[in-house]
Amino acid sequence: MLLLAIVCVPLAAGALAGALPWRRAVGWAMALANATVLGLGVVLAVQADHHRVAGGLDGALRADALSAFMVVVIGTISLLASIQSIRYLDAEIARGEHRARHASLYSLLVQVFVACMLAAVLAANLGALWVAVEATTIATTFLVGHRRSDKALEASWKYVLICSVGIALAFLGTVLVYFAAIHVSAHPTGASVLDWTSLMHASHRLDPGVVRLAMALLVLGYGTKVGLAPMHSWLPDAHSQAPAPISALMSGVLLTVAFYGLLRFKAIADGALGPGFTRTLLVIVGLASLLVAASLLLTQRDMKRMLAYHSIEHMGLIALGAAAGTTLAIAAVLLHILGHGLAKAVLFLASGEILLVEGTSEIDKVPALLARRPLLGGIFGFGLVALLGLPPFSLFVSELNMIRGELAVGLGWAAGLSLVAMAVIFAAVMAHGRHLLLGGQGATPSATSRLVGIPLVGGLAACAFFGLSAWPLQPLLDGAARVVVR
Amino acid sequence: MRPGAALDVVELAAGVVLAGAVLALWRKDLRALISVLSLQGASLATLAAVLAVHDGDVGLGVVAGVVLVAKGLVIPGLLARVVRADPGSRETAPLVNVPASLVTAAILVVVSYLVAGRLTALFPNALTRLAPLGLATVLVGFFVLVTRRKAVSQIVGLLLVDNGVALVAFLLTAGVPLLVELGASLDVLLVVVVLQVLATTMRARFGHIDLDQLRELHD
Repeated sequence: MLLLAIVCVPLAAGALAGALPWRRAVGWAMALANATVLGLGVVLAVQADHHRVAGGLDGALRADALSAFMVVVIGTISLLASIQSIRYLDAEIARGEHRARHASLYSLLVQVFVACMLAAVLAANLGALWVAVEATTIATTFLVGHRRSDKALEASWKYVLICSVGIALAFLGTVLVYFAAIHVSAHPTGASVLDWTSLMHASHRLDPGVVRLAMALLVLGYGTKVGLAPMHSWLPDAHSQAPAPISALMSGVLLTVAFYGLLRFKAIADGALGPGFTRTLLVIVGLASLLVAASLLLTQRDMKRMLAYHSIEHMGLIALGAAAGTTLAIAAVLLHILGHGLAKAVLFLASGEILLVEGTSEIDKVPALLARRPLLGGIFGFGLVALLGLPPFSLFVSELNMIRGELAVGLGWAAGLSLVAMAVIFAAVMAHGRHLLLGGQGATPSATSRLVGIPLVGGLAACAFFGLSAWPLQPLLDGAARVVVR
Repeated sequence: MRPGAALDVVELAAGVVLAGAVLALWRKDLRALISVLSLQGASLATLAAVLAVHDGDVGLGVVAGVVLVAKGLVIPGLLARVVRADPGSRETAPLVNVPASLVTAAILVVVSYLVAGRLTALFPNALTRLAPLGLATVLVGFFVLVTRRKAVSQIVGLLLVDNGVALVAFLLTAGVPLLVELGASLDVLLVVVVLQVLATTMRARFGHIDLDQLRELHD
């Protein structure tokens, strides 16, 4: 029941938004629905703490600690994004860019998008997981193109085409896993063969050759949705052209929902092959992503593109952490998923607000933000500090623990290379950030809307809190990590 | 139906799917590409139907019907609407010319046979022996996608990849579980609808759907 409610609440809210003409109250109803998802996610997480596995919808939905953690992450980020959506839609309608009908469609699609992500992390069947991840692409395409500019149109085209091809390869990988599994299954015709529990149960008997081919396709395929090199080229375009709340959702959670799929398949492949094969694949794509991010971040002029390349960097770091694969490293990967989600959502939402009040998102044209808009500038500054992995924010702790995990399994060289890339990115972001926050002439300060200030400061505060305190998250992270570590 | 005849039909259908992919490399007329997709969809549906009758599998029979409607009729129909809005449009300048494309296709087929050896070895029978044809279709589709510049050609490339995956799924495992298969078919259909809408909008906005001329976003 609980699991069904988690998927249906955002859907019901979306149906409401689609049926009613848009007004602020409808926007708040969306935020309320996403807050409910967060609340239910916390309930689920508390249950999972006691090693209970929840089921629903005749076994089609299933939640262990890992799913519960992902529900909490999705709930948190979508709550932040839906509050900011109210401001975005208000402003677009006021400027005459959109009619109210577009705002209703926008709210409907956002809620369908959130529901698809929730279905993906709660699916018991790994084939159903694939269906849900592919559905997120469909729901988000028109959101990416919501601005209706030429660039937004081009970005949506690239996004849907590249992600669909990637995800088609992931489907082939899933088919191959199914092929390997039905030959060792007691009930070879049942749909349950692709269920997580039965695959994990049978994983050590799966044919290694077939699983190797499948895993290569899955890393490439889901890696496309994660934004890992070499299939990352859609990401900077889509994230920079989408409206800010959509960028926050896509960068903050959609990437990591796809990574969640990889974590599950990695556990199965590790059972069949031992950890070595998937580790090699993840190290290759992780380092390639860091290289891409480090070399292209330097020249960015647009703050949303800068943030998009930052996402590629963090996905690379997460891939390296997952490659290490110890309980410590996976728990750190999960904390990084939450910390990156919070910090990146806050930054994208702040950049949306900057675009709204300054009329541009080009870094050169928005100097001395800290003097002119102290609150907004402060949020952006602290967000960058969090994203660069400095204390007290949780990304510092998770990056440290991922590196410890990598050292423990002899991936010290990869950790070293990742530190070099991070140093380059640090320098690039500092240069951009200094100009944005301090450069140019100061002027009279102006206030920032509370509708923007409160949620964004709250997001940063949460990110700092999880960096300083292991309570209450650590037991959940450890429990979730043990789900996919053997 | 005697078993030998069923196998003949399956072999023919699988062959037609790959032949269609190669044909897509050769023909520049966009309408011809759409007929190729239609033919592939019908072949996949036939293959699934034969397997369904042979195994007495009702679910697979349903899948065959869905495949026929979605891949054989609806998707080609949607693409035809894009092309009709833009009469006389042809794939003018692929990044790789036709003879070189055909040679590449031959190499990709050989590669598929080498890669798929392991799949056949796990469970050698008349069906898994054909799996390399599906894999080759995936690779050729990928090649179409990266070397062709017209919007419609790129959609065709995506669908070739998808049809190749479907062929592999039917041959190796007689399809994935019914619900997953239906979900996947629906997703593919919606993706094509989305792409059709985008292509139509691009055509209305830019007066063409040539992706070479869309180069505003780059680093």
